[in-house]
Amino acid sequence: MDKRAVFRSWWLPTAFALPQLALIALFFYWPAVAVVRWAFTLEPPFGGAAEFVGLANFRDVFADPLYWNSVVVSLTFAFAGTLSTIFIGLVLALAVDRQLPGSGAVRFLYILPYAIAGPAAGMAFRFILSPERGLMASVNSAFPDFWNPAKYGSHALILVIVVFAWKWAGYTFIFLLAGLQSVPKSLTEAAAMDGSGPIRRAIDIQIPMLAPTLFFLLVTMMTEGFVGADTYGIVARTTDGGPNHSTEVMVYRIVEEAFRGLNYSGASAQSIVLIGLIMIFTFIQFRFIERRVHYK
Amino acid sequence: MADITIRAVRKSYGKTATLHGIDLAFASGEFVVILGPSGCGKSTLLRMIAGLEDITGGEIEINGRVVNTLEPRERGCAMVFQNYALYPHMTVADNIGYALKVAGVPKAERRTRIVETARIVGLGDYLERRPAALSGGQRQRVAMARAIIREPGVFLFDEPLSNLDATLRVTMRAEIRKLHQRLSATSVFVTHDQVEAMTLADKLVVMNKGHVEQVGQPLDIYHRPASTFVASFIGAPPMNLMDARIDASATLARHEHLAIPISSAMAAALAGRDVTLGIRPEECRVLPAGEGLPARVDFVEELGSGRIVHAAFGSRIFAAAIPLDIRVAPGDLIGLALPPAQLHVFDRETGRRLDVTHSAGRHEPVRQAAEAV
Amino acid sequence: MIQRTPYADAFTYVLMALGFLLLIGPFAVIVAGASQTVQQVNAVPFNFLPQGQLLANMAEAWQRANLGTAMLNSFIMASLVTFGKVALSAMTAFSIVFFRTRFKHVFFWIVFITLMLPLEVRVVPTYAVAADLFEPIRLLIAWVTGITVSLNWNLLNSYAGLSLPLVATATGTFLYRQFYLTLPDELAEAARMDGSGPIRFFFDVVLPLSRTTMLALTTIMFVYGWNQYLWPLLMVTDPTYKTTMMSLVALLPSENGTPDWNVTLAGSLIIMLPPLLVVAVLQRWFVRGLVSSEK
Repeated sequence: MDKRAVFRSWWLPTAFALPQLALIALFFYWPAVAVVRWAFTLEPPFGGAAEFVGLANFRDVFADPLYWNSVVVSLTFAFAGTLSTIFIGLVLALAVDRQLPGSGAVRFLYILPYAIAGPAAGMAFRFILSPERGLMASVNSAFPDFWNPAKYGSHALILVIVVFAWKWAGYTFIFLLAGLQSVPKSLTEAAAMDGSGPIRRAIDIQIPMLAPTLFFLLVTMMTEGFVGADTYGIVARTTDGGPNHSTEVMVYRIVEEAFRGLNYSGASAQSIVLIGLIMIFTFIQFRFIERRVHYK
Repeated sequence: MADITIRAVRKSYGKTATLHGIDLAFASGEFVVILGPSGCGKSTLLRMIAGLEDITGGEIEINGRVVNTLEPRERGCAMVFQNYALYPHMTVADNIGYALKVAGVPKAERRTRIVETARIVGLGDYLERRPAALSGGQRQRVAMARAIIREPGVFLFDEPLSNLDATLRVTMRAEIRKLHQRLSATSVFVTHDQVEAMTLADKLVVMNKGHVEQVGQPLDIYHRPASTFVASFIGAPPMNLMDARIDASATLARHEHLAIPISSAMAAALAGRDVTLGIRPEECRVLPAGEGLPARVDFVEELGSGRIVHAAFGSRIFAAAIPLDIRVAPGDLIGLALPPAQLHVFDRETGRRLDVTHSAGRHEPVRQAAEAV
Repeated sequence: MIQRTPYADAFTYVLMALGFLLLIGPFAVIVAGASQTVQQVNAVPFNFLPQGQLLANMAEAWQRANLGTAMLNSFIMASLVTFGKVALSAMTAFSIVFFRTRFKHVFFWIVFITLMLPLEVRVVPTYAVAADLFEPIRLLIAWVTGITVSLNWNLLNSYAGLSLPLVATATGTFLYRQFYLTLPDELAEAARMDGSGPIRFFFDVVLPLSRTTMLALTTIMFVYGWNQYLWPLLMVTDPTYKTTMMSLVALLPSENGTPDWNVTLAGSLIIMLPPLLVVAVLQRWFVRGLVSSEK
């Protein structure tokens, strides 16, 4: 980051950064401190004196089978969502990167789902993949009860993963396509001179060259799957966490505990665990980015 | 017009020192070229004069005023950067006139001066273009116009020609020289190109590893390099250098098994000393095999106007410029003659020039760098 | 490169068509469903052909979910988030990149750490802050002076409350920083030689050159702001501040009522349109912003 910094002043940069730093202090650090404080205290919601309870909140959280259920759901959701978005994005990026006539148009179209908010997409998919109407109704009339996310937890989980994959596939596609386009043309040309066809080239040259992008997307999508802004919205508007908690991801549970159960301390303890997870992800990513900058 | 005095100027970044006490004086209107390999500190020195770099120790004086703590704009210097640093979003006219705009010069006057300056550098027809639409040479002119318009006392050039192709570089060199004659502002020009340095400089400063090696007129430096560094840095191909021991009794210098005739003055003055002998390729003479000192031709470079023979001489390769009428081929045995009057001699330990009054007596004592101030 | 690869080409087209079905197909279903009557939309098998009811269904949805207010609120919120980000991040990045001071590392880290905690995991205490904005200031005053003051400012149910916490993140700052780092050092030095100070350099040189970055950031922040769900859901209890994402609930057919999914789909279509338009029209900038902000 050390560009040859040119100007010398201490008050000017401070003044320039102050508005954003103030916002960050108020809406980021102060709440972050509060999360920690609440996690270790028991405070009656909205008023009353807080009492330090040590790890009691964590013990309560870990003793709750529904909490472990949300961990498993989150893990499944994040892994399945990440893998499917990256797989779809990769296949499409490889196809579009061949620059056959018409790839410009599909390239434009593939990005569109990313513009849609998770909850709005969730609402739409509630119809599209509904058991009684939309696309799956015909299948269900042939094989009754083949698909019913309102009844079967596993179906519901598949449904939210589909919504997630639909929204984010275009995003991974953008990055993978950008990654492919930065693979030097001379490399693929050299491989072509060596007599390898397009599919061989994809496997032998292009995908290995994409490793950094793939890794970046893996970390980003896992983070997104665990705590992303849209994950809550997708679950809330597609299945409401149900049926029977089967799609209750960790973020959903935290918000539910805090605002429906008014259990701030429990929600904060859960947040801390989640924060720990994200910090691990971010750390991995940061190390990785640093290394890449270094190699440049 | 302004003179510049640099006194004991040092620069260090943390613990690493890059300039170790520089003393220089530039007279008003002089065209000074600072020459040196990359990393020798020449650009740092220039940027310290400009005010873009802090001065760790010592003083810089412009027009009798110590400028150490002054902002660049208060120093009366204008600078042409290596990559031109034109503002990409401004037209040529706006680029040229930006300094005047900042200074609050009224629009009408600004316009007149922009047009006039653009005319001087031959950009009259390009005023409304953006830098991206200009060729390298034109951008270079914009950068110069931007410096000229402020009518500064000092022009600073930081390797301004290194991004141009060879032909353009020659043209721009001539133009910079002409411009200097016309404006006669003090100019400090930093480069690593010895041809630029030789052709442009009134005064040449050769730097190496944060020290000034030699200061003087270009021809003086060429003919009487003050150190082995200067000797090998200036001149193409570089001066041939070899270690030798002076044998007083035989007026010879011994290099390995070879005996090189030297002047009696040198023999007397430096008897028994270990020295480094140097001779420029154009002073070496090639003789038929059996005459002079034996050498074997390694390869030959054709220059069109002449040719350079690279020949194994003792354990090293010597370069000798020869006229076109002498033909040699790789593997040929030849003789080399090194005229004693053309030999340069340097102290083996310090690399500094050792002065001996040759019988011809055409050289004056070398001006050492430290004395130049 | 000349290479005849008919099988690979055919396979490529098959993949591209599959991708098209997968990613664009849902839009087709939404549009078709939104243009049908209640009977048509509930028909099995589903009819993919659009019918003539689109505008009528949209009007119905508009009224039912009070989309006029919601669209306006979402627009204001997204614009405030966008504007705040575009302006404040440019300034913060400027102070991080162009100055030689120890603070810049401090600033960098203060901002960088915000990448670690998305709003979703600190949403509960952020809500508490918004409900009582001056708590930290009160505590500070009490700690320094020992005086307890009653100073209250509640951001719930306000545009400031909707947008400010979303501005307090690092994305934009990094995007600008990345761009500033590509500017040659000599540009700022030339400006210095021309006599311009940092503020002048910021307005005369840096901002005009940042146009591309600003446009890219504008597109991604507008989409980000428009698509916010959880935060407005918590913040807003007063219906006059409802955003589009919150209107989704009102559009869902009730358990035992008419399954008028045609209206639901028409309503979601309206809500999807603004960000969709931004991404479609400004795709070049959007993609550029996305790719460079996340790396």
